[in-house]
Amino acid sequence: MKYLVDDISTVEMKGDRDGFGEAMMDLGKRNEKVVALCADLRESLRLESFANEYSSRFFEVGVAEQNLIGVASGLALEGFIPFAASYAVFSPGRSWDQIRVSVAYTNANVKVVGGHTGISVGPDGPTHQAMEDIAMMRVLPNMVVVVPCDAAQARKATMALAEYKGPAYLRLSRPKNAVFTSKGATFEIGKAQILREGKDLTVVGCGPVLYAVLLAAEELKGEIDVEVINMHTIKPLDIETLVRSAKKTGKVLTVEEHQISGGLGGAVAEVLSEMLPTKMKRLGMRDAFGESGDPDELLSKYGLDREAMVRAIREISVVSK
Amino acid sequence: MPRIDLPIVARDIRKNIIRMLALAGSGHTAGAMGSADLFAYLYFGGEVKVRSNDPMWEGRDRIVLSCGHYAPVLYTSLAMAGFFPLKELSTLRKLGSRLQGHVVRHMEYDGRRKLAHDQLPGVENTGGPLGQGVSVAVGMALAAKLKGEKHRIICIGSDGEMNEGQTWEAYMSASKYKLGRLIFIIDRNKIQISGNTNEVMPLEHIEKKLESFGLRVKEIDGHNFDEISSIFTWSVMYPEQPKAVIMNTVPGKGVSFMENDYLWHGAPPTKDQAIDALVELIGGNSK
Repeated sequence: MKYLVDDISTVEMKGDRDGFGEAMMDLGKRNEKVVALCADLRESLRLESFANEYSSRFFEVGVAEQNLIGVASGLALEGFIPFAASYAVFSPGRSWDQIRVSVAYTNANVKVVGGHTGISVGPDGPTHQAMEDIAMMRVLPNMVVVVPCDAAQARKATMALAEYKGPAYLRLSRPKNAVFTSKGATFEIGKAQILREGKDLTVVGCGPVLYAVLLAAEELKGEIDVEVINMHTIKPLDIETLVRSAKKTGKVLTVEEHQISGGLGGAVAEVLSEMLPTKMKRLGMRDAFGESGDPDELLSKYGLDREAMVRAIREISVVSK
Repeated sequence: MPRIDLPIVARDIRKNIIRMLALAGSGHTAGAMGSADLFAYLYFGGEVKVRSNDPMWEGRDRIVLSCGHYAPVLYTSLAMAGFFPLKELSTLRKLGSRLQGHVVRHMEYDGRRKLAHDQLPGVENTGGPLGQGVSVAVGMALAAKLKGEKHRIICIGSDGEMNEGQTWEAYMSASKYKLGRLIFIIDRNKIQISGNTNEVMPLEHIEKKLESFGLRVKEIDGHNFDEISSIFTWSVMYPEQPKAVIMNTVPGKGVSFMENDYLWHGAPPTKDQAIDALVELIGGNSK
């Protein structure tokens, strides 16, 4: 399967949240069971059009994330498919108990949508940069956790989650990011995508930061042959694809806009340490809070840009030779 | 159909609660006992629409138990109403039982169950962590409105629960969306686990607070069946407003050594205490 656009050096820039908003419009038209709820962030979460077009199926609960989730659960128990959206620092940040009990344990068909994740939220600062949400959500039984890598994938992921019956978390980011997956690329929950094949080292990433990984892999062409896996579903993790690749390359680097503990890096380490102990390195936030700044400055300072990827890939390759 | 003697039903509910909790060796006694009259009315009063032989019937009134620790009173009422065998009540809180310590509702898809035990019929929500059922009830009422259905959503909560900010978030949203078929019944027994409510966290003036959040408020004696019954004739008068019923009850009602003592909030009777309690209940002395 060819997942990438023809030329990754010239790509459209678009927010993955815009892909989500477009999918919601599509779902609004196609599926009358789909409803949306928001906690006073409808423009930011790109639900403005849905709210206008399908006003009877849109519920604005105000700045009240615990109630947001509870109300969504009640709608799900009555057969609706609610998408409950806020910034991830607020939901799941403030609504985790409600998600645990009224959604996960209840196995309610609620889609929790967490926007503004990662350091690339930028100037709003650490209060608004969700760096812990994958960990919070992936530890919950019955929960599916999806992290799309660009706008095109966010759109497909949203459609797939509406079809999937059960609790799920969709992680979105704020900036306009490179759209590097192709229009025709498929999306299947729980099925990782090998974006680039290689034999020297495997990079497993999720979210928009994968674009920097691809650029780094391109830069290292001829020097290190890098395999790049888009692990868009953190739970259930595609163990088969991961282990097969790790077996082939013998070295794994994980990359995410998240704390290195508990997120993708944690999930990959858990699987590999049990099934195939492999030399690993995790890129992400190293047990710290970030700060205000431009997204690019922050990604650079905190080691999540192309240069940092190149350094990390070289480091792990050299060390293990 | 002969008129059911509600006081006798309520007494049987209380007897079962005592037996279940004594056998379980843990659980919450006071609230379950105090709300037994309400539950007798809900499941045997002929007003509320439920079907024991078709528990998930679309047209049913939804009875949401937000104070999930009141589970024994709901379980007993459901079993007595024929939702499941009475003998199963003795499995409360035991390994593998459908009668979990706190109520659970679990959705299945294509027959896939992700629960360690079977679903108990008649349970509408998962409850325990306080405040959650209040929001779930709002969601159910929104769903009914969206579908144009006429059933009512009756959410039973407790006064201690109102310490949770989520309850107030939920009240605001119920009011905003004019959920006229939504009735919050708040068991005002004035105790919570660590003490009396006025010491742990004062709630007065509770009716003014609720009114200012846009709810239509009524206060009743939760041990008077005429007053419990009046909830439903009164509630239809205000189709555009969610209702809050402040139901004054005596915690531990029916057993003199349990009444009005917060220590019985989260404690079960010992075997000996259970015998004393049952003797008192069988004596028909419900004070």
